[in-house]
Amino acid sequence: MNSPVVLENVTVNYGSHQALRDVSVAFPEGAVGLLGPNGAGKSTLIKALLGLLRPASGTMHVLGHDVAEAPLAVRARVGYMPENDTHIPGMNAVSFVAYCGELCGLPNADAMQRAHEVLFYVGLGEARYRNVETYSTGMKQRIKLAQALVHDPDLLLLDEPTNGMDPKGREEMLGLIRDIAGPISVILSSHVLPDVDFACDHVVVLHKGVVATHGPIAALKGDSARVFEVRVKGDETRFVEALREVGIESHGESGDVMRVFVPADRPAQLLFEVAARQGVQVRHLRASVPSLEEVFARALGD
Amino acid sequence: MPIHNQGYRRYAGERMGRHGRWLVIARAGIIERLRERRFLALMLMAWLLFLVRAVQLYVGTTLVRASFFAPSDETFHSFLNQQRLFVFFITIYAGAGLIASDRQANALQLYLSKPITRHDYIGGKLATLATFLTVVTWVPAMVLLALQVLFSGSLEFVASHPRLVPAITITSVLQVTLASMTMLALSSLSRSRRFAAMLYALVAIFTGALERVLQTATGTAAWVLLSPQNTLLVVSDALFGIESEREIPVAVALIAIVMLLGICVVVLERRVRPVDVVA
Repeated sequence: MNSPVVLENVTVNYGSHQALRDVSVAFPEGAVGLLGPNGAGKSTLIKALLGLLRPASGTMHVLGHDVAEAPLAVRARVGYMPENDTHIPGMNAVSFVAYCGELCGLPNADAMQRAHEVLFYVGLGEARYRNVETYSTGMKQRIKLAQALVHDPDLLLLDEPTNGMDPKGREEMLGLIRDIAGPISVILSSHVLPDVDFACDHVVVLHKGVVATHGPIAALKGDSARVFEVRVKGDETRFVEALREVGIESHGESGDVMRVFVPADRPAQLLFEVAARQGVQVRHLRASVPSLEEVFARALGD
Repeated sequence: MPIHNQGYRRYAGERMGRHGRWLVIARAGIIERLRERRFLALMLMAWLLFLVRAVQLYVGTTLVRASFFAPSDETFHSFLNQQRLFVFFITIYAGAGLIASDRQANALQLYLSKPITRHDYIGGKLATLATFLTVVTWVPAMVLLALQVLFSGSLEFVASHPRLVPAITITSVLQVTLASMTMLALSSLSRSRRFAAMLYALVAIFTGALERVLQTATGTAAWVLLSPQNTLLVVSDALFGIESEREIPVAVALIAIVMLLGICVVVLERRVRPVDVVA
């Protein structure tokens, strides 16, 4: 499979703070979620991919171009939807989107035609002659997507695209992203896990500037039969220690129910064997349906 | 019944080369400003003096009795000097928001995430303002010269004043460049166009007044270097071959102008960035 984005040992510093630390990862084609808590380095990674931030070390290739050597060639083929509220002042929606198209190299007439088309696509067809400053938050998110799409990029970088949107708008935005992710590769940066779960096939989880985990979401979630909710009576701490010794991870030990992840190469019966050895009673055991939250929590070590 | 595909459709048209992207920015800036009636009125007012001068030229050239109206180097020098008032107002009106408004709307990261460089961006903004300023300085001065040729029916005046065309051109270029670069640099310092306008007015008016006060108090002509506008006058006087009130060498005045332009470039270099890094 071709990787539209490849990072090798990328480190980005803000002064003395390391925002990205020796990141090496390849983003596959299709929709890839870039997950991480606030401050994990998601936006930094996106800005570095656009050549807006210069890494202290490492190399980045986007659509076959070295970002350090050909940032303009990268930006010509990439659409970027920034996280914060942004527009060109004094323009109505159609002029704004057409202007962005022209900045990306579309001829004047084509840019205007494409602006109309894209504005209808994102659901702003009726409001396209309104000044962007008068738009609601949801509409501003849509027009940011429109300006990122107008030049028909091969890769779309979306930074928190559903921020501030109502449930219906959010659903529509995610629907658009799924639709776009067919012909165009999409990197969706978000800390909203259901959004990524809905729109993406793959995920890269960043935590404190390093890649905590990455891969297809389905594979990371694993077999539903391998995750169990367990409640025990007895020395819980000793039980957890014993599980860890045989290579079984558990989370949420301090609560009533713990979540136990049994690796694929270990039989589930091992749980009972460990419990019997430690003299602990298993009072509750149920196969858990794994979610992206669990993948995320595991990756972050929570 | 035909079914319209409402899914995402790819663009199959042509794409232009990378060169000339600054022109897109300049054209958008010019069109946006020309949509404002108040600005159009200001531009028209800036040509009123041209009309007066055109009549003066006609009278001076065609009527023997009105020979005191006959054109000279001083006619064009004083015309450009008088246009400074409109240069000031147009710079503030059209220039204060050029970068400040973009900063306020977070538009810089939008611009610089497109396949354009910072130089394209600054060049486009500079060209926007410089176009308007050229329309009220170099263009009317050259049209006046053309009218003189037309009214007199010969090129004798132009031939006998060989320094006139270069003097008009260089003075206009310096005037336009200095005003545009200063305004752009000040505009990049703020997110408010009003604040940027106030800063420019302060630089233009306060430095001039300060120069006068200090010069009167100390009797030293070098204080003129405090005022960019008056420093430019020293160069302009030399170009037109007119004795200057301010007794400082032209080379020093030119160095001062180049230094000011250098400061503007440094400010723009530091302030026009896609990402503000607070380390």
